[in-house]
Amino acid sequence: MAGPAVELKDVSKSFDGERPALSGISLVVETGETVVLLGSSGSGKTTTLKMINRLVTPDEGEVFVRGKEVRAWDPIELRRQTGYVIQEVGLLPHLSVEDNIGLVPRLSGWSEDRRRERTLELLELVSLPPDAFAHKRPSELSGGQRQRVGVARALAADPPLLLMDEPFGALDPINRRRLQSEFSALRDRLGKTIVFVTHDVPEALRLAHRIGVMHDGKLLQLAAPETILNEPADELVRELVRLDTKEAILGSRS
Amino acid sequence: MDILQFFVERHDEILRKTWEHLQLVGMSMGIAIVIGVPLGLLLTRKPKLASPVLGLANVIQTVPSLALFGFLIPIPLIGGIGMRSATIALVLYALLPILRNTYIGIQSVDAAVVEAGKGMGMTELQRLRLIEVPLALPTVLAGIRIATVLTVGLATIASAIGAGGLGDFIFRGVTMVDSRLIFAGALPAAMLAIGLDALLGRAEKMLVAA
Repeated sequence: MAGPAVELKDVSKSFDGERPALSGISLVVETGETVVLLGSSGSGKTTTLKMINRLVTPDEGEVFVRGKEVRAWDPIELRRQTGYVIQEVGLLPHLSVEDNIGLVPRLSGWSEDRRRERTLELLELVSLPPDAFAHKRPSELSGGQRQRVGVARALAADPPLLLMDEPFGALDPINRRRLQSEFSALRDRLGKTIVFVTHDVPEALRLAHRIGVMHDGKLLQLAAPETILNEPADELVRELVRLDTKEAILGSRS
Repeated sequence: MDILQFFVERHDEILRKTWEHLQLVGMSMGIAIVIGVPLGLLLTRKPKLASPVLGLANVIQTVPSLALFGFLIPIPLIGGIGMRSATIALVLYALLPILRNTYIGIQSVDAAVVEAGKGMGMTELQRLRLIEVPLALPTVLAGIRIATVLTVGLATIASAIGAGGLGDFIFRGVTMVDSRLIFAGALPAAMLAIGLDALLGRAEKMLVAA
């Protein structure tokens, strides 16, 4: 397919018609790359993410997925080819783990056998023994287990692109670290393109090939983690990255 | 003890009237569900319609039941004396709880869950079928339960316009100042209400667990 995995060209958005939620965002995500959007709440990182699967449409600018503008995609088709992981609520509370994971394949009309086989494979992949977990409800799982199921579900239809919005946000630090390292190993093996949103600086540093630092609806800098740390584009970036890093170092010592 | 004796002596008629009553309730509830649930769903999609329609259903609820039955008598086609106009009145009363609970049930489904479904590539219909309806189901069923119990009670008054049912005993008992007759209507009606409520409660548990 033509073009990079994801490209945003000068995208702006305002929800109330006055204050911009995003202004002039441009970025390119290459195939197989993990870009982490880092920023505090209200910085526009989640809105940027939702532009990619067209949950939000830009007021100005264009968004391309695999070379095709999102408004030219059938939104249903686009979303089924894009894994989407969000914090906590993403699992449907009334469905079993197995049915949650098999949801997108089911929507795409896979046979029951194929769906079941894929679900079991994915449960193994995210280290949840199928015998113990396939029939549980999300409410019977721990936070970490739920996030594993969320990742498994996003991978179900084997989409080339994954969008992840604070997927490990609700976890305690220990589980968070463990899921992060498992996730980066998994990612390296599967070779997916990933856009990942977080407010957690260490998480961004650990997972990203490149980090996009966002603040107030603007993309301040998009660069490799070392570059962001060593050569921040301006004082604001330095401040945003540094403050949290201290906390993280203190946090990981305790 | 003569009440017991009365029940034994008149058990044929009591059973027949109870059956009539059940039919009246069943028919009214069936129609009210068929209208109320889809209409409630529609209101969640057309928010502008929601407050006038729910308001109208509220107003109908405030009309004294005896008056509503009375109003229906002179209306051609749908009105008149008998089971048909009684059913129409009972449907109108049962509609509000069903309509309102369907609407509220769907409205209170976590918006983030619905958006997650959207993000996974569900069509609007799939979101409704796979997320919103199942999650709203307990609230919808609670509305149907409330409406059923309400209808069992109201249906006794429908006897005033010749709809039959257990109300016949009660009205006769009042006219003749015979408490045995009143009991013969009131007791089976109360048992019917309790029984149906329990039955629907069990159905609710089964459906929600599935």
